[in-house]
Amino acid sequence: MRIKAINRCEEECTRERPQDVQKVHKNLDPSLHPLEKATEYTRALNAAKLDRIFAKPFVAAFAHDDGITCLARNPQRLNSLIAGSADGEIRLWDIPSRRCLQRLVGHTAGVKGVAATPSGEACVSCSTDCTVRLWRIPAASMQPEAEPQEAQPALEFHGPHGFRAIDHHWQGDRFATAGAQVDVWDHARSEPVSSFQWGAESALSVRFNPVEPEIFTTTGSDRSIALYDLRSATPIRKLIMQTRSNALAWNPLEAFNFTVASEDCNLYTYDMRKLNTAACLHQDFVSAVIDLDYSPTGREFVAGSYDRSVRMFSYNGGHSKEVLHTKRMQRVFCVRFSGDGSYIFSGSDDMNVRIWKAEASAPLGKQLPRQKQTQAYNKALVRRFKHLPEINRIVRHRHVPKPIYKAAKLRRTIIDADARKLQNVIKHSKPGSVTVKPARQKKIVGQEE
Amino acid sequence: MVEAGEQLGSQPRKRQKVDHDKAARIKKFRRGDPLATSKIPDKKLKGNLRYQERLANEAAELAAKADEWLLPGLAGALEADGMERTWRFKQDEVVREAEVGAARKVFDLSLTELGPYSVNFTRSGRFLALGGRKGHLAVMDWQRGKLITEIQVKETTRDIQFLHNETFFAAAQRKYVYIYDRNGVEVHCLKEHVEANCLDFLPHHFLLCSVGHPGVLRYQDTSTGQTAAAHRTRLGPCSTMRQNPWNAVLCLGHAAGTVTMWAPNMATPLVRLLCHRGPVKALAIDRDGHNMVTAGADGQVRVWDLRMLRPRHAYFSRATPDRLDISQRGLLAVGAARSIQVWQGALEHKVQSPYMRHDVYSGRLHDLAFCPYEDVLAAGHSEGLSTMLVPGAGEPNYDSRVADPFQGRKAKREQEVAQLLDKLQPDMIVLDPTTIGQVRKEPKQVQEEARLAALVAERTESRAALEKQAEKKKMKGKNKPSKRHRKKQYTIIEEHKVDAKGRAQKDKEFGKTEKNAEDSLPDDAPRALAAFYQKGRK
Repeated sequence: MRIKAINRCEEECTRERPQDVQKVHKNLDPSLHPLEKATEYTRALNAAKLDRIFAKPFVAAFAHDDGITCLARNPQRLNSLIAGSADGEIRLWDIPSRRCLQRLVGHTAGVKGVAATPSGEACVSCSTDCTVRLWRIPAASMQPEAEPQEAQPALEFHGPHGFRAIDHHWQGDRFATAGAQVDVWDHARSEPVSSFQWGAESALSVRFNPVEPEIFTTTGSDRSIALYDLRSATPIRKLIMQTRSNALAWNPLEAFNFTVASEDCNLYTYDMRKLNTAACLHQDFVSAVIDLDYSPTGREFVAGSYDRSVRMFSYNGGHSKEVLHTKRMQRVFCVRFSGDGSYIFSGSDDMNVRIWKAEASAPLGKQLPRQKQTQAYNKALVRRFKHLPEINRIVRHRHVPKPIYKAAKLRRTIIDADARKLQNVIKHSKPGSVTVKPARQKKIVGQEE
Repeated sequence: MVEAGEQLGSQPRKRQKVDHDKAARIKKFRRGDPLATSKIPDKKLKGNLRYQERLANEAAELAAKADEWLLPGLAGALEADGMERTWRFKQDEVVREAEVGAARKVFDLSLTELGPYSVNFTRSGRFLALGGRKGHLAVMDWQRGKLITEIQVKETTRDIQFLHNETFFAAAQRKYVYIYDRNGVEVHCLKEHVEANCLDFLPHHFLLCSVGHPGVLRYQDTSTGQTAAAHRTRLGPCSTMRQNPWNAVLCLGHAAGTVTMWAPNMATPLVRLLCHRGPVKALAIDRDGHNMVTAGADGQVRVWDLRMLRPRHAYFSRATPDRLDISQRGLLAVGAARSIQVWQGALEHKVQSPYMRHDVYSGRLHDLAFCPYEDVLAAGHSEGLSTMLVPGAGEPNYDSRVADPFQGRKAKREQEVAQLLDKLQPDMIVLDPTTIGQVRKEPKQVQEEARLAALVAERTESRAALEKQAEKKKMKGKNKPSKRHRKKQYTIIEEHKVDAKGRAQKDKEFGKTEKNAEDSLPDDAPRALAAFYQKGRK
């Protein structure tokens, strides 16, 4: 007879000394792990609930003396933020220590736009007092200083008209301003290098493409979005929409995609090469969208609106992923993403720059590898089961201030009523006589070369 | 990289040898069939699903590799040489040939006075609970011979069951069910569980289940103390109960020969199977929920395919089996009177002879239990407890997160917390647990089917009612044939009416009348004036 029976040795299966690591045996056989799906569902439900419990996105607020009109982040330093306010003062903030490093005083009217140079050593700001000033930005030092120092501009550029917006080239020493006309300047020249004008209207905002550095766009008060190339003498193309676009942002990972924030409470993503239709329509705001910015990952963007809220959207999502609001936050005029994509900065009319977490329930600070693994597991679980009703209800739930909630509800009834009436018109008309434009093309009026 | 002297493309391509073993292993870890993603029209969904499929395949391959190379233990085996048969070997021969460590696990506990003993193991197999009929309750660490606690409750005790770990156990005593601590202290008296015959514990749901003389199946959550469900089986006293470990459904064996399957959120049984001509004496279900073995008073031991709810085969036993149990690796133990027979591979196919046999040295068998993760079968009988070595019964490789026989104090505490966090709700118990998270058919289709079913039911019901009414024979000269005939015609018309009503409603819902009108509509006419263009309209 040949016999072999299970005979486990306790010494082999357990650790020798308390200092040793515990021995963990694994057997992945599914027979040892019954009811897997039910367990996963329960864990997903718990993860969704904990996610909502720990969702505390507000981090800090920095106070100014007047409403904040523009923000810029430093491309080379993660801890630096430049904020310009309506009284002409620009403050340089050190975010981790939450203190103001410098006050850049010089503008006599409100600062309309601010942008950092690619080296991160300087920033340019424009104002309605017809000047553009270039300032040196020091890095944050280790010693906490008592009073933020005042600084003078290094260079001044004068123009004939007030400037509405400014953006710096991503590689060189040039920057573009928007006002009655679009000017491109160089640090070394006191006059604009080139000027573009198309039509009699003024340009409201300007943005350079981070991937294709020679291309930039402006949005104009004639409801247009104009594309320019620095290498050519004339603007390339103009897209005209039904409502004015307040701001524009390029997707940092996809060279040809940009998103505009429109006055009609929506945001539209366009492909530069195919402007006859929007690639995506982002809805959820109930008032005009004032500013937007893309995350460095290119997978999401943040937008701030006149309705006192800041929303974060996925790059291809039709509705917002997250809504940020506080009782004290008034009209939001500028939003920016931080350099590592984990914080959102919003500047609003109530004289505060607010810092928010991009992922509301993510813990701050350094994570242990096991913590990171648990969080990744929880996120994967919620992603797998988020279509089921119980979990969907919890994951989608966001508290929204009553005025926004009511306004959104009203918008919904109006949109539904319009859709229903359109269906009735189609039903009672000659087939083919009523053409319905898809939502992505409805707001486009035309293109011009 | 081409080496010197080699010509590209000159050698014939070798055919890949299909490794069936590897494919079978990967299939074991695959959890379902691969999805055909080529037919999906939605590009985003298709891309997502292809990515998920790739991840699932990679995970299955890695798990198969780990399963092949990294598992430390090997299953036991007993082989006979030449003309010998394994079932002829006596236990003392087997114990003599086995290793000392394995041989030490075979012992006989002589407890002659306090009645036949019920046996229960914890999930890890380390602790054993003994419940004597005359009230002797004991918990011991049986491999090390350590007695944890021992109490005498001075009442008839019909069953004993560990709760989520060895700290608590429940005893079904004369009137109520009591829960005791590992120090022997009575912690709870569950007054709702009246005259329980059998106890069982669903570990993933923390549900203590009991069924007894009143025939009421009661589920109680031992973590919150709430009763999850109490079902009246209406099938009389029940003394056979087992859980299906794969889907946590309880199977009860009744005196009429039926086996019913129950879930907490349905007051009627999920399944009712007629198994035997006579009471069902014993039940056992294997770990994967594929097979169920039932033993009846008619001497039949039937093997059922639980997924298809069909009988596989049956064995005949002259002595009525008292108890059945199936080990982790699919060995079936049949206990009748004094003899225990262990059958190997008897579930999938019909086998001609048993694997091992053993006779309890004295007394009558009462309970059989395989020890998890060990090659040992414990038998509780009227004279105490006996253990038997059954090579190949236990799973050699345990998973520390599930059940660890060598668990330390800290690990035990953490496991208790993890178990509570992962506790499943009782309404998640369904016959097929893989349906959780699946997307149902379109609600429209479901609605339509329900509506049709309701219509058919209504029709048959109305027909039956009318027939019943029509059948009524009138007396005292009022039963004229002409009147009966007229009434019959009337009921036929009534049925048509019901049909027509339903048809008209269905047509209206699905816009059929409109379509008919539209068909006869000339091209340039507006749809609002469709009514004027209907055929047959004057």
